[in-house]
Amino acid sequence: MHYQPIIGLEVHVQLQTQTKIFCGCSTAFNPDQPNVQTCPVCLGLPGALPVLNGTALRLAIKTAMALNCQIAKFTKWDRKQYFYPDLPKGYQISQYDLPFSFDGQVELITNAETGESRPIRIIRAHLEEDAGKNVHDETGRGRDSMVDLNRAGTPLVEIVSHPDLRSAAEARQMLEELHALLTYLEVSDCNMQEGSLRCDANVNLHITKDDGTVVATPIVEIKNLNSFRFTEQAVEYEIARQWKAFQETGKTIKDAPKSTRGFDPDRGVTTIMREKEEAADYRYFPDPDLVPVTVTDEQLAAIRSEMCEAPAVMRKRFQSEYQLSAYDASVIIDQGRLLAEYFEATAKLCGDGKQAANWVTQDVLRVMKERKETIANFPLRPEVLGSLIARVTQKQLTIKSAREVFADLLTAEEDQTPAPSMAQIDEIVAAKGLAIVQDDGAMETAIAAVIDKNPKAVADFQAGKQAAVGALIGQVMKQLKGADAQAVREKILTKLSGG
Amino acid sequence: MSLCDLSAGTLWRKLQSGEVTAVAATTDYLNAITQFDGQVAAFLHVDRDTALAQATNLDAKRSRGEPVGLMAGLPVAIKDVLCIKGEPTTCGSKMLQNFRPPYDAHVIEKLRAADAVLLGHTNMDEFAMGSSSENSAYQVTHNPWDLSRTPGGSSSGSAAAVAARMAPVSLGSDTGGSIRQPAGLCGIVGMKPTYGRVSRYGLIAYASSLDQVGPFSTDVTAAAALLEAIAGHDPRDSTSVNQPVPSYTSTLDQPLQGLKIGVAKEFFAEGLDAEIEQAVRTAIDVYRGLGADVREVSLPHSKYSIATYYLIAPSEASSNLSRYDGVHYGHRTESATSLNEMYAASRGEAFGPEVKRRIMLGTYALSSGYYDQYYVKALRVRRLIREDFDKAFADVDIIAGPVTPTAAFKIGEKSDNPLGMYLADVYTISANLAGIPGISVPCGFTPAGLPIGLQLLAAPFQEERLLRAARMYERETDWVTRKPALA
Amino acid sequence: MVSDGANNTMAFPRETVLKVASLARLQLTPEEVDLFATQLGATLDYVARLDELDVSNVEPMVHAIELTNVLRDDVLVPSLPRHDAVANAPKTDGKYFLVPAILES
Ligand SMILES: [Zn+2]
Repeated sequence: MHYQPIIGLEVHVQLQTQTKIFCGCSTAFNPDQPNVQTCPVCLGLPGALPVLNGTALRLAIKTAMALNCQIAKFTKWDRKQYFYPDLPKGYQISQYDLPFSFDGQVELITNAETGESRPIRIIRAHLEEDAGKNVHDETGRGRDSMVDLNRAGTPLVEIVSHPDLRSAAEARQMLEELHALLTYLEVSDCNMQEGSLRCDANVNLHITKDDGTVVATPIVEIKNLNSFRFTEQAVEYEIARQWKAFQETGKTIKDAPKSTRGFDPDRGVTTIMREKEEAADYRYFPDPDLVPVTVTDEQLAAIRSEMCEAPAVMRKRFQSEYQLSAYDASVIIDQGRLLAEYFEATAKLCGDGKQAANWVTQDVLRVMKERKETIANFPLRPEVLGSLIARVTQKQLTIKSAREVFADLLTAEEDQTPAPSMAQIDEIVAAKGLAIVQDDGAMETAIAAVIDKNPKAVADFQAGKQAAVGALIGQVMKQLKGADAQAVREKILTKLSGG
Repeated sequence: MSLCDLSAGTLWRKLQSGEVTAVAATTDYLNAITQFDGQVAAFLHVDRDTALAQATNLDAKRSRGEPVGLMAGLPVAIKDVLCIKGEPTTCGSKMLQNFRPPYDAHVIEKLRAADAVLLGHTNMDEFAMGSSSENSAYQVTHNPWDLSRTPGGSSSGSAAAVAARMAPVSLGSDTGGSIRQPAGLCGIVGMKPTYGRVSRYGLIAYASSLDQVGPFSTDVTAAAALLEAIAGHDPRDSTSVNQPVPSYTSTLDQPLQGLKIGVAKEFFAEGLDAEIEQAVRTAIDVYRGLGADVREVSLPHSKYSIATYYLIAPSEASSNLSRYDGVHYGHRTESATSLNEMYAASRGEAFGPEVKRRIMLGTYALSSGYYDQYYVKALRVRRLIREDFDKAFADVDIIAGPVTPTAAFKIGEKSDNPLGMYLADVYTISANLAGIPGISVPCGFTPAGLPIGLQLLAAPFQEERLLRAARMYERETDWVTRKPALA
Repeated sequence: MVSDGANNTMAFPRETVLKVASLARLQLTPEEVDLFATQLGATLDYVARLDELDVSNVEPMVHAIELTNVLRDDVLVPSLPRHDAVANAPKTDGKYFLVPAILES
């Protein structure tokens, strides 16, 4: 007997508009000041009416295009009706039978090393309004819950995938892929701590019994997963739980309806939220306060022309155009569009994609991390970094010296306002004498002098202590800063071996 | 002589010319309210100080030589369905007993900008559901022509206030006849504009795809002025139509040449009281006398209009009224401990029986398994009803007929029979389903002295034509000069 | 022109009344349940006249006026001061709307 996990995701993405989907209130994340971003519309006051935010629609269409979805020529708004304190009107304005987009797919990288991928089909993506936030009493004393409507009415795209995912790791990757895609397009900041990207996972197992028959376990929806790690952990746990439950009870999808569970990250387990004894009756119907939307081919073409390259496409292009490994390309792409653009500009300027990738993925990312900076604020612009790398590839500077210049440029930057310039590279190289010494004569003289001054080291080396040569190299390098250490080493060895 | 004795249009023109001050008009009407409203019970809330302050400001503005808005200080009573910032706005419901909106409805903003004086909020059937004011949580309004009878509804107070000369004009809302029916029963002018002509922003929703705000007045002239003041595009209402508003008042007195009037045979079928039929047919003869071409038209699906309406309106209402859940505003029960108990008890305690009935009906019509059979089916029939009108208006300019099948009925007469009450909306409902404008003008009295209304309907956005046609009739008759003995 | 359906006694089942009331979060008294069973039955009996029509080829008409693409610009409009936002709340601490504890499960 063996099993195959079957996983589908429902992902909610907050669009990065200035204002809410149906009113002019701000969408800023502001949990510390509850109920300051509300108006008659998003409070659901009697008499207030919604008007659709055109930017929300445009960003939603961009999202759907990135998911390779069909865009409906005609779409409308429906009311999904249920009572909950964070839903002030008693219904959510959403889309039911005519979503604005459907039938898409996302390429999921299934092997980071080889870049192998598989399409994950998207059933639909629709636009809706977010609810507010209920803050529960955590003391267990059953005190009142508190309702904050700042978030109520934030535009959301709900993306529903087919159950095409086959492992917890794939579920996480899918979410990461969507994160990359949507931040590249600048349709969402996808800030998971702030709830801009949230995910529900539908999980069950297809079990092949020893006699070859296949049965399915009851479907479980895990709600409100708000990090990549939790998504993976929750699905992983749920797979194991269902497998164990099946072995113990033998219950299949025919014996139990879909149920809803939550993930407790502290304990790493999913817990039951509700058994659906009967399917909820949301009484969807067309919202009479809102009118339908139609889009023309011209409008779609205009939106398409604003789209940047998708990360999956860029990843492949970086591999072919700059000879990056699939892994390096992914590291760069996953850092977001600005870093990818930074890399590409640097690579073009220095003419060596691999070197540029090394610098960006190691040095630049390390400094960004240390300084808690984004690439947008990183002081070395691609022209400067590109120029520095070019000196290495043209053998004017050693890598080591270049790193020293890199560090100095960044240190210098701290106490001066203009960003480090290419001229400063020259100044540092000159001041520190870092230029590679091409003059063999100078090197010969320096080596001879060091050998003369260090008879003990020479004796040690000749007695078989290979390491003794290190001290000699160090002293030569101290005198000739721009020298190539490898060349120095070779020359000393030749000399000591009686050359 | 009190200024309340003038017709609304005459008073309005005198205010415009400066012959009468806003303070004088407001004072006289406030006095009339003091004198008569104890018997009529039209008002829920009168804010005398605010009204007088508005009038005083307007007069000061005029005396400084500044331009004065279209309403020129004309006092207006407001149906309690329209939000007025900071003022109690209850929608006739216990649910909103303590509710004070933090904003003005669009039409209230427009009235303020046009220098109207707001007298206060008038009684209505709860959430505009009803035809008699008996569904108000607060009081029953009486018909000024016979205090034992209903003024109609749901805009009961707005109609009765004008009929009793406690306001020259007022605003109502019309979802299935709630302006035209009480206007007819009270012997005044009442108009439902084309859906989308007047913004619904700040109009507490009953059935969003049918609701429309409109004027009441003692005469056609002030009704035209009030409509002109409130009509127009509002970007806050997605269903508000962006079309220029004609100056209704400037063309009002020009008779329509070659007017073609349609008489829908379905409006004169079984169920229409003979005395009503008589008065309406006589009114149509007046148009004949004015040279109009009167011909028969057919609205074959109008017999389905009540059934269609009583599926669509409750469906929308059941959803619109979900927001009254005791969380963010409105009544909350004292007794519940859990959230679900709180919801059900708050709503159960604060909604009256008719509202509950319609919420139940609408919830059922939208529920899984019944949605297509009831709600969607009604939407399809709605289109047939609209198409009947489109065909008819290809032939005629105006359709004339009765407003109600009977004159005002006794208070309490139909309160045990909701369906019977629904059936009284038979002539008004199809205009809401089709979205077309309609007006009720007084056209006579029953032998018992109860007013009778003539309903005129026109194609979408033909308000100007409708008002001019109504004015043509008004000039030929003296019904608008009749006042109930009370006033 | 129309028959008065009030005497029609095709009652709506009590259980259905209760189920619908629960969907609508409406607490009804036992008397209301009985009354609505009768009255809703009569109304549904009346509206059944729509079944006389074959409308399968007629598009549903949701709006009275058929508009499309009414959009607003993504421009901030001042929100209400918090005081005004919670002013009508039946229960508030001045910052939040307060409701009886929401219990999951
Ligand atoms: Zn808002």
